[in-house]
Amino acid sequence: MGQRTTEIIVGLFMLAGLAALLFLALQVSGLSPQSSDDRYTLYANFNDTGGLAPRGKVSMAGVTIGTIESITLDKETFQARVAMSIQQDVDNIPSDSAAVIRTSGILGEQYIDISIGGDLESLKAGDAFYSTQSAMNLERMISNFASGR
Amino acid sequence: MMDRIAAFGRVGIETIASFGRASQFLAGVVGGVPKPSVGFPLLIRQLYAVGVLSLAIVVVSGLFIGMVLGLQGYTILSDFGSEAAIGQMIALTLVRELAPVVTALLFAGRAGSALTAEIGLMKATEQLSSMEMMGVDPLRRVIAPRLWAGFLAMPVLAMIFSVVGVIGGMLVGVEWLGVFEGSYWGNMQASVDFVDDVVNGIIKSVVFGFVCAWIAVYQGYDCVPTSAGISSATTKTVVYSSLAVLGLDFVLTAVMFGNF
Repeated sequence: MGQRTTEIIVGLFMLAGLAALLFLALQVSGLSPQSSDDRYTLYANFNDTGGLAPRGKVSMAGVTIGTIESITLDKETFQARVAMSIQQDVDNIPSDSAAVIRTSGILGEQYIDISIGGDLESLKAGDAFYSTQSAMNLERMISNFASGR
Repeated sequence: MMDRIAAFGRVGIETIASFGRASQFLAGVVGGVPKPSVGFPLLIRQLYAVGVLSLAIVVVSGLFIGMVLGLQGYTILSDFGSEAAIGQMIALTLVRELAPVVTALLFAGRAGSALTAEIGLMKATEQLSSMEMMGVDPLRRVIAPRLWAGFLAMPVLAMIFSVVGVIGGMLVGVEWLGVFEGSYWGNMQASVDFVDDVVNGIIKSVVFGFVCAWIAVYQGYDCVPTSAGISSATTKTVVYSSLAVLGLDFVLTAVMFGNF
């Protein structure tokens, strides 16, 4: 086989490798080419974040509109402060909307659902949700119920 | 009694000396990169022999392993009513563990043994020493392109293995067993992270490629130049590469995904 044929085949092999990398990035890990520029950050304070984790999704009406960036403890109030990065094109979240921690299915992972408010003003980058609802803790609910509180 | 102790000591010295020779050999090969005009065609030829010709076995095994993962995962997950998580299970298993490890094992068997036998036969027929006689450094001319080819081909093969496996899992899970296609990809994309999972898997396969190629060319270069010597060197290549890959995989997994 000629040198040129070999070179072409090896080139195709390398291209197949690149295509595989692209597939792994886009289709398998769901990496979107969106950069961080077209996202903005909102905050929410929760009493209990339960099993919420960074990289979890933020959704509105069941549609994913962003991801959870970080979860930190606010030492002043002893609450969890969750930073969410929201897609830039969703820029009209009413400012009295509530951030609610929900679970997908019974055993699924937890995510933040934004229930829409009715205010005419909308949240801007860096703003925090006024009303939040913490994770539902099944164990605590059962023990509260059993002890009659 | 003393003989036994002496034999034990001899084995130890021999092992350490062999590690030393292998490291010296590696330094000689990595240091002696040939000129691009000469080296590039040699590298291309080795990439063809080591990479392209291993493609068939990698694709076929990837497809079947993905399909088996789909069947097996469905059996277990459907007990919990969470067969929608099958995509997540297949993708994480493949990208993190199976693709780098199985590709490396196949690579050691398919390409590593061939490299050892080829170099060993070159040594036995004194081609290597005649090259030296002509003033051509066999480390640069023969060994270096083969080492680099293994190093470059392995990550490419492992990535192709992952992709084919994911598609194989989809064939079984979605087309045959009827998992909803949207949740197959959706769960996968929600749980697989590009840097944590995909890039770490690629780093693993780079390490394995380097180790497998190193063991293969060293065993060939260091073999006893007889037919029995070449055969035992080929066996050693496969055994040592497999053990090294499995052992290193444990260490790398503990470092990358251990979280402690």
